[in-house]
Amino acid sequence: MDLRALLDRPTDAERLAVDDLLGPSEEFNGRVAYGGHEARARRQLLLPALHACQDAVGSISRGALGYISERLTVPPAELYGVATFYSLFNTDEARGTTVHVCDDIVCSQYGAKGLLQTLEGSELSWEASPCLGQCERAPAVMFHSPGEGYGNAAPVDSDTVGNVVFDELPHGVVHQDQSQLRLLRRIGRIDPTSLEAYRGSGGYQTLTRAIELGPDGVISALDESGLKGRGGAAFPIGIKWRGVADAPGPDKYVIANGDESEPGTFKDRLLMEGDPFAVIEAMTIYGFATGSTKGYIYVRGEYPTAEKRLRDAIVMASEAGLLGTRVANAGFDFDLEVRRGAGAYICGEETALFASIEGYRGEPRQKPPFPTQHGVFGRPTGINNIETLLAALEVIEGGAGEFARVGTEQSTGPKLFCVSGAVEKPGVFEVPFGTTLGEILALAGGVRGGRGLGAVLLGGAAGVFVDFSFLDMPLTFEDTREAGATLGSGAVIVFDENCDFGPVLRRIARFFEEESCGQCVPCRIGTVRQSEALARLNDGETLGTVADELERLDDLARVMTDASICGLGQTAASAIQSAIRLQLRGAPA
Amino acid sequence: MTMTEREISTITAQVNGEVVEVPDGSTILDACRQAGLDLPTLCYGPTMTAANACRVCVVELEGSRTLVPSCSRKLEEGMDIRTGTERAEHSRRLVMELLGSASELDRSGDQLDSWIEDAGAEPSRFGPKAATVAAQPKIEDDLYVRDYGRCILCYRCVDACGVEHQNTFAITVAGRGFEAHISTEFDVALPDSACVYCGNCIAVCPTGALVGKVEFDMREDDTWDESRQGVTRTVCAYCGVGCNLDLHTQDGKIVNVTSPHDHDVTLGNLCIKGRFGWSYVSSAGDV
Ligand SMILES: Cc1cc2nc3c(=O)[nH]c(=O)nc-3n(C[C@H](O)[C@H](O)[C@H](O)COP(=O)(O)O)c2cc1C
Ligand code: SF4
Ligand code: SF4
Ligand code: SF4
Ligand code: FES
Ligand code: FES
Repeated sequence: MDLRALLDRPTDAERLAVDDLLGPSEEFNGRVAYGGHEARARRQLLLPALHACQDAVGSISRGALGYISERLTVPPAELYGVATFYSLFNTDEARGTTVHVCDDIVCSQYGAKGLLQTLEGSELSWEASPCLGQCERAPAVMFHSPGEGYGNAAPVDSDTVGNVVFDELPHGVVHQDQSQLRLLRRIGRIDPTSLEAYRGSGGYQTLTRAIELGPDGVISALDESGLKGRGGAAFPIGIKWRGVADAPGPDKYVIANGDESEPGTFKDRLLMEGDPFAVIEAMTIYGFATGSTKGYIYVRGEYPTAEKRLRDAIVMASEAGLLGTRVANAGFDFDLEVRRGAGAYICGEETALFASIEGYRGEPRQKPPFPTQHGVFGRPTGINNIETLLAALEVIEGGAGEFARVGTEQSTGPKLFCVSGAVEKPGVFEVPFGTTLGEILALAGGVRGGRGLGAVLLGGAAGVFVDFSFLDMPLTFEDTREAGATLGSGAVIVFDENCDFGPVLRRIARFFEEESCGQCVPCRIGTVRQSEALARLNDGETLGTVADELERLDDLARVMTDASICGLGQTAASAIQSAIRLQLRGAPA
Repeated sequence: MTMTEREISTITAQVNGEVVEVPDGSTILDACRQAGLDLPTLCYGPTMTAANACRVCVVELEGSRTLVPSCSRKLEEGMDIRTGTERAEHSRRLVMELLGSASELDRSGDQLDSWIEDAGAEPSRFGPKAATVAAQPKIEDDLYVRDYGRCILCYRCVDACGVEHQNTFAITVAGRGFEAHISTEFDVALPDSACVYCGNCIAVCPTGALVGKVEFDMREDDTWDESRQGVTRTVCAYCGVGCNLDLHTQDGKIVNVTSPHDHDVTLGNLCIKGRFGWSYVSSAGDV
């Protein structure tokens, strides 16, 4: 491979930022570099290197790109392709403090527009952002100051949106009584920055138990528990772990998926921020049970507090001998690394997430082959959602039978729901599978202001709208499937009777348009045509009759669902079509 | 027991109810072709690994929730494949409509025209205001033009320039979603990039988005006329590799040079001298 370096040279700040990550280099001479084998293996440092520059100076300049390109022996064009894939990387002129204002499904109902107007007239630079995972306290913003860091603030109003803060936002309030909680029982009750506190509350006893059970015993327990993945696809965890365990090692990987970018979803943030050691303990058991010696936790770029808590916790656990070689004095090695996303919903899709870790554009690939055969770096890989991993701890700690007693036969155990929007007490709620939608709404205090219910969006932008006639539906995988709905990510977004769904649907359509990776035609162009049709219907400028437009929307829904590569395109019409079916107010009809 | 060679090396499956037997490692598309069916393909090219992006080749696979891309999905024993179901045809038609609504396809050749016609695709149904990728052609040198208003983002040029053929990595897909596009780093002009002007990207572009300057100019002047063109096969004289060259001539002038895709050494690839050497001789390309 022949590399031509860009003519621009890095600034001292850029070079320092990259060298901090990669170690000092030989004098950079702006000349051609040739990639050895080892250099190519460093490609996986590409995303961290881009972050380093973005964090330090607020952009990825030509000089910075050229320098990273040389240090990692990645062609500049490819590096540019990766940098421009992620919305948190700025390849234009560097900016000072930037406010990322969530104007997604929930925040747009609670004042996001006003915030954008305020910022329009201010000195600060700003960007509208998809859901920031703070929906329970909408409207939310994220600040980024070069050299300083990232910070979340929520709720904000026109007076406070300009007060740049980097303090950690307290994680969400848990409204339920301690006796009702398993997955959330430590949140807000023990210090998430203290390993001692975690151990004092029974932490790391599950690892001891897992070592007693042995890898096979752990996987059998998971099998018997009936635990299914909480990340959207409801895949049985036992089968997945067994698949990785049976794959030839030791070069295989386990990954915790903390990309949580589905609008209306914030449960994994609560777990990562409020109980980081539990995530680490669960991953250690994952490594032990599958014979993998390396794990990653992929955290979305908009979750700075979760990222910091996990990084700190990894350091503490390593110092205590709970990660690294001969973990807990048992005969296995396990290392864990945090990877930060950079603003791309699609990177939550497992194969896109692999590409992202490897240093490529976060484009999904066709399955099969499945991750347990061919995952990150082309090696067998187990990947699970954060909530799934914490539920796995419950299985091992209390036993499969105990776990399966909660919930229904097909949907076992406790489940977290993220309730946001027009309710009195938005937040994360832990309930047994089978709790009805109406009961969840009641837990959240009912519709805000005593108003009537307009609709509930289950599963976020990729989900399905349901109305009052679904209030008695038990929230399980099987019941929602039967009703043509979905649990998806566990998002429960509530709209009251006054809601005009027109703008909501257009925001959902825009979300998919902006988050499509662009690889396949049905999704890349179909999501744009879907938005255009909704805009025409909204403006009363239909092409032909309304019925023609509905037919076009239906055609688009079909091709996206049938022929897209991945779940993003396959669900990009789901919420919109359900709103049309329910004839929600403001939906095309 | 020893396995017979047949057991080791072939797969049996059904295409539209007909039993086909193909070598292990074949794709669904290979099986369809064996059954005498041809399916449209755009991002898949015979000399390259499937990019799997355009989805114009999708078919129905019994037991699969979604349609599957025939170009890249490996055939498995006992698969039951249907190419002509309403669902498969619907998706193929919509994919062509979407492509045609976003990119200018009028220089993509007769084959695509006939696929569009056969599918009954109407790209204009998304209206005159539908967003497109229309862009000024990039004319940065005398050798070739990048006319990205015709690009369907099939990834073939990027793969040809990179891992598949050329190992130069001058171009990439940049941006995301509908904004995704082919670009050099920071969109610098080609002469300032790593490009070595091998033209191997031109050779794989299915839509005429990448095209020799002479051909581009003639098409713009409306003097390009394939019915008046002849092709002469020669061996390139610049070096000892011995690449085959096809000289395309019109009215006694060379208007293009290609290399046969089925050549087992070059796979259709050339270097700057072979592909563009003639245009140095005289920009008008006198033979
Ligand atoms: C567009 C898209 C986005 C996704 N985002 C996430 C995510 O943020 N977190 C997650 O756990 N799974 C996400 N998934 C699902 C993952 O691909 C994968 O199924 C999941 O991480 C497996 O874990 P589980 O079995 O524990 O649910 C996403 C899928 C798609 C198609
Ligand atoms: S469906 Fe959308 S997000 Fe998924 S691969 Fe295709 S273009 Fe990318
Ligand atoms: S001409 Fe050759 S080097 Fe230049 S972009 Fe095309 S394939 Fe790459
Ligand atoms: S320029 Fe041609 S080869 Fe390259 S992506 Fe576009 S259509 Fe495909
Ligand atoms: S934080 Fe705004 S919608 Fe989720
Ligand atoms: S030809 Fe199969 S996906 Fe493009």
